[in-house]
Amino acid sequence: MTDAATWTPDQPMVSAKDVHKSFGTLEVLKGISMDVMKGECICIIGPSGSGKSTFIRCINGLNDIQGGSITVEGQEVNDPNLDKLALRKKVGMVFQQYNLFPHKTALQNIMMAPLKVLKQDKAEVEERARGLIRKVRLDGKEDSYPGELSGGQQQRVAIARSLAMHPDVMLFDEVTAALDPETVKEVLVTIRELADEGMTCILVTHEMGFAREVANHIYFTDRGIIVEHGPPDVFFTEASDPRTKEFLSQIL
Amino acid sequence: MIDFIRQLFLDLYEVAPRWNFIFFHDPVQWDRVVEGFWVTIQLSIACVVFSVIIGIIGAWLQGSHNRIVRNVVQGYIQFFRNTPPFVQLLFFYFALGQLTPTYSPDGWLEVPIISNVGWAIISLSFFAGAFNVEIFRAGIEAVPESTQEASEALGMSRLQTYVYVVLPLAFRVSLPALNNNLVNLVKTTTQALAIAVPELLYQFLGIWNDYPSALYPSLTMVFVIYIALVGILVYSMHRWEKAMRIPGYGT
Repeated sequence: MTDAATWTPDQPMVSAKDVHKSFGTLEVLKGISMDVMKGECICIIGPSGSGKSTFIRCINGLNDIQGGSITVEGQEVNDPNLDKLALRKKVGMVFQQYNLFPHKTALQNIMMAPLKVLKQDKAEVEERARGLIRKVRLDGKEDSYPGELSGGQQQRVAIARSLAMHPDVMLFDEVTAALDPETVKEVLVTIRELADEGMTCILVTHEMGFAREVANHIYFTDRGIIVEHGPPDVFFTEASDPRTKEFLSQIL
Repeated sequence: MIDFIRQLFLDLYEVAPRWNFIFFHDPVQWDRVVEGFWVTIQLSIACVVFSVIIGIIGAWLQGSHNRIVRNVVQGYIQFFRNTPPFVQLLFFYFALGQLTPTYSPDGWLEVPIISNVGWAIISLSFFAGAFNVEIFRAGIEAVPESTQEASEALGMSRLQTYVYVVLPLAFRVSLPALNNNLVNLVKTTTQALAIAVPELLYQFLGIWNDYPSALYPSLTMVFVIYIALVGILVYSMHRWEKAMRIPGYGT
C-alpha cells in the first residue's frame, strides 16, 4: 500500500485492487484490478453493461465503491474522509454527452472551474483558456455557446475544459459514442495528441482501431471482471479467452 | 388641457347621467384613484418579490435530505394551493390577526403590529409562493444530472454547482411559468379589498358607493388600469426571457 505522502512517480498513478461495486442488489464490478503508470494510455473495451463506465467513474469518486481500493497518486478514493476536491484536481473527466454548461460560451466553460475552484487570476486563466481553444483547434469559436457547436466541437471544448484544471490523469468515458462518424476523428486526433504529450489517459471506448494505435495496454471487461488484458498487438492477435474472441469477432 | 378634459367629462355626464367619470372632473376623486393605484403597485411589487424568495427557498428545501423538511414544504404547498386565496386573506387577517401582539401609540388605541396591508402581503406572498416552489422545482429537475456531474468532476462543490450551473439553467426553464403566476398574483391583489386594504378596487368601490352614477365608469377604469398594469408586467417579463435566452439552447 502507498499513501499520498509517500507516493512517487515511479509507482502506479492509478491503482485499482479488487474493486467491487453494486447498485442495490446488482453487482456491477466483481473485482477489478489494474495499475496505470504515469504517461500511459489505457483503453478499456467490452460489451455494454460490462461495467467499464462504472469503473472509470469510480476513479474520480462520481461512483463510490463497496469493496477493494482505488488510489490516485497514492490517495485512497474509497476513504470516507477523502477530499474530493483534491482528487478531482488531479483527475479530469470527459463524458459521452459532453455535458458542457449550456449557458456559458466555449471560453467561459473552460474558465469556470479555474476561476471558481482554483481561484486563479482572471487574466491568466483567460490567456490559458484561449491557448486551450487553439490546442483543440477551435479558433474563432471562443464566444460560441455549446448549442451553436457541433458534437465534435463540443466534445473538444469539454476536453479543453478538463485540461484547464491541469489534471495528472484524464478519464474519457465513451467520448466518441454520441458523435457522427466524420466528427469522431477530430476528437480522436485531440486525444492522441494528449497521449503523445505524455498525459496519462484512461479511455473507455468502442473505437478498436484507435485503441490499437494509441493504447499502451488494453483491458477487456465482461460482466464486471477483467477477462483479459495485454499490449494491443498481443491482445488483438492472440486473444485466448472465448469471450474476448467472440467480442472481437463481432466488432472488428 | 386639464380643463378641457374636465369639461369633456362634465358634458358627457350631462348627456349620459349613468356615465359619470367623476374622477376625471372632481380632483378629490382623482386623488383617491391615484392613491389606490400606488397601493396596488406597492402591494404587487412586495408580493412578487416575497413570493419569488419563498419559491426559491422552498424549492431548495424540497431537495433536502431530511424527510420532515420535505413534508413541511409539501404541506405548505398543499394548504395554500388547495384553498381559495380569498379565504386565506380573511383567515390571516381575522383569525391570525387576533393572536398577534398589539401596541399603543397614544395610550388609548390598541394597534396590531401587523396592519391589514401587512397581512395582505403575507397572505398573498405565501399563496403565490406555493406555486412558485413548484415552478422552481420543475425548473431544477429539468437540469440534467449529467451537467451537475460534469461540474462536480471539475472540482466544484455542491453549492458552487447549485449557484453557477443549476440555478441559472433552472431559472430560464422556470420563467414562462413564473410569468403566468405573477400575472395571477397581481390580479389577486384586488381581493385584499376584503380586509380593507386601500388598493385600486377598494378606492373605486368607495367612489361608486358615494356616487352611484360613477358605477359603470369606475368598473371600466378598473379594467383599463389592470389591462395596462398586467400588460407592462407581461411585456417586461418577455423582454427578460428574451435577454436570458441562450443561443442554440432549447430551440
